[in-house]
Amino acid sequence: MPAKLTILSGKGGTGKTTVVASFLNLASSAVASDCDIDAPNLHLLLEPTLLSREPFEGGMVARIDPEKCSKCAICEESCPFGAIKNLAVDPFSCEGCGVCELLCPDGAARLFPEITGEVFVSETRFGPLAHALLMPGGEASGKLVTKVKEAASRLAEERGLELIIVDGSPGIGCPVIASVADSDLILAVSEPTLSGLWGLERIHGVARHFGVKMAVCINKVDLNQDVAERIRSYCSESELPLLGVIPFDEKVNKATMKGEVLVEKYEGPAASAIKGIWEDTMRILESISAIT
Amino acid sequence: MLISVASGKGGTGKTTVTANMAWAASGLDSVTFLDCDVEEPDSHFYLKPDWTGEEDVCLPVPVVDSSCCDGCGACAEFCRYNALATIKGDVLVFQELCHGCGGCALACTPKCITYTDRRIGIVREGSRGGVHLYQGLLDIGEPVAVPVIKRVREKQADSGLTLIDCPPGTGCLFVNSIRDSDYCLLVTEPSPFGRHDLDLAHRAAMELGVPHGVLINRSSNNDAIIDDYCKEEGLHVLGRIPFSRDLAEACSRGEMLTETDETWSRRFLRILEEVRKACLLNSPS
Repeated sequence: MPAKLTILSGKGGTGKTTVVASFLNLASSAVASDCDIDAPNLHLLLEPTLLSREPFEGGMVARIDPEKCSKCAICEESCPFGAIKNLAVDPFSCEGCGVCELLCPDGAARLFPEITGEVFVSETRFGPLAHALLMPGGEASGKLVTKVKEAASRLAEERGLELIIVDGSPGIGCPVIASVADSDLILAVSEPTLSGLWGLERIHGVARHFGVKMAVCINKVDLNQDVAERIRSYCSESELPLLGVIPFDEKVNKATMKGEVLVEKYEGPAASAIKGIWEDTMRILESISAIT
Repeated sequence: MLISVASGKGGTGKTTVTANMAWAASGLDSVTFLDCDVEEPDSHFYLKPDWTGEEDVCLPVPVVDSSCCDGCGACAEFCRYNALATIKGDVLVFQELCHGCGGCALACTPKCITYTDRRIGIVREGSRGGVHLYQGLLDIGEPVAVPVIKRVREKQADSGLTLIDCPPGTGCLFVNSIRDSDYCLLVTEPSPFGRHDLDLAHRAAMELGVPHGVLINRSSNNDAIIDDYCKEEGLHVLGRIPFSRDLAEACSRGEMLTETDETWSRRFLRILEEVRKACLLNSPS
């Protein structure tokens, strides 16, 4: 079984994708997996060549056949999500539960599978990439994350690769839980802002809830030394390994603007910090897989 | 007027914009702030409200009376969310997966299923100055955030200005946060990531029929990457917030520059004014 490293942050925009892309460059052989399925960005840095794509059936959505409908409106009255108005289904509100189908005396309300996204497998200069795109407003994002993870595991098996690096989504809900579920290690990319610290605490709660080990790094550490210090204290009180801090560095911005991978193109304080964090992350992963 | 502030990409400055706009406008109008970023709400750092109330957000989850259940499995067969399973005639309930639709009780012929409320999060309420805040907060380990967002949206005021701070992304959380708003302000930044996710958010807003425009945060003297995109798509750029180390540091401490600096107040009021104008242009009458 390949080891699974998941990069998360709680708060968005702390630099997950920058770290993941650099890690992929530093890893000699890894599968990349972009599980930020409703705002995926990793492909913008990796210039992937698409190998295959597959539609994703997210769930069901109800439709009412006007030919069969006797306009009794039982569906409208009983829809638990208020998704039926004037005997028409609002697909953005419908959660596909099937209560309308069950209660409709005319057989007019029925559920149909809905395509809510696509799963992609691509080739990049660092190795294979499993990624996806959820359609606007798409339901079942956790299920799509699971599909991406399955594609990543298949790629690892086919090519004999030992490591999967997952770029996670912000937040703590459905897609994050799906990406955390069978991870060996979470690396949280924090930033020294009050929101960043709060996001770190909440993602740590998720890690504990699912019993996954977590380590931390702090990005843009010099933005606020006080909050950076509070993150350090939080880590030591909670026995979270703090693997390193990434200083503010013009080159990070430069790389992002050009769609480049930081450690591949640039030397400097941020690049060397990320290299240090990578080495420590690998050491922790090795000690975890030595135990299991 | 109901204005949502969203982005697609995380960390572009949604809360900074919403909070500063709310504070700047609160001298002129009654302002309701709905924090719908229920997975990572952070409006309270900026607004520092006195909390005045809190309510639980619950979902009804099934309880199966085992003395009455004959193990037929109709409930598990009905459930589209795999929240019920029958193993050797016993029904197992996976509460976190339940959407609370109530279908399993309808499907149960011997009528052995009742419901109990299970908490998945809270909505808290507070205010400071002229801003009234409702903030949703999803409990740790809970995957289903939409009901918490819906509850926050119920708090929308009938008059005055309501601002909605939305979660990142463009999926069901985004949809439930921005729908029915008079206007959606999409906050982006001049980078390939910003452009890519703006594109996704723009498409999602179009699909929903919510009028929307763009605010460029961390603007530099070259925003071409966003400007060109907006031109191609016929998207209105309503304003720019210049990159400023002062603003970034203030945000890291949870400070609103509109509290202390007239220039920033005017800047955010101007953005709000542009949104109002865009709203009028979009209104059918």
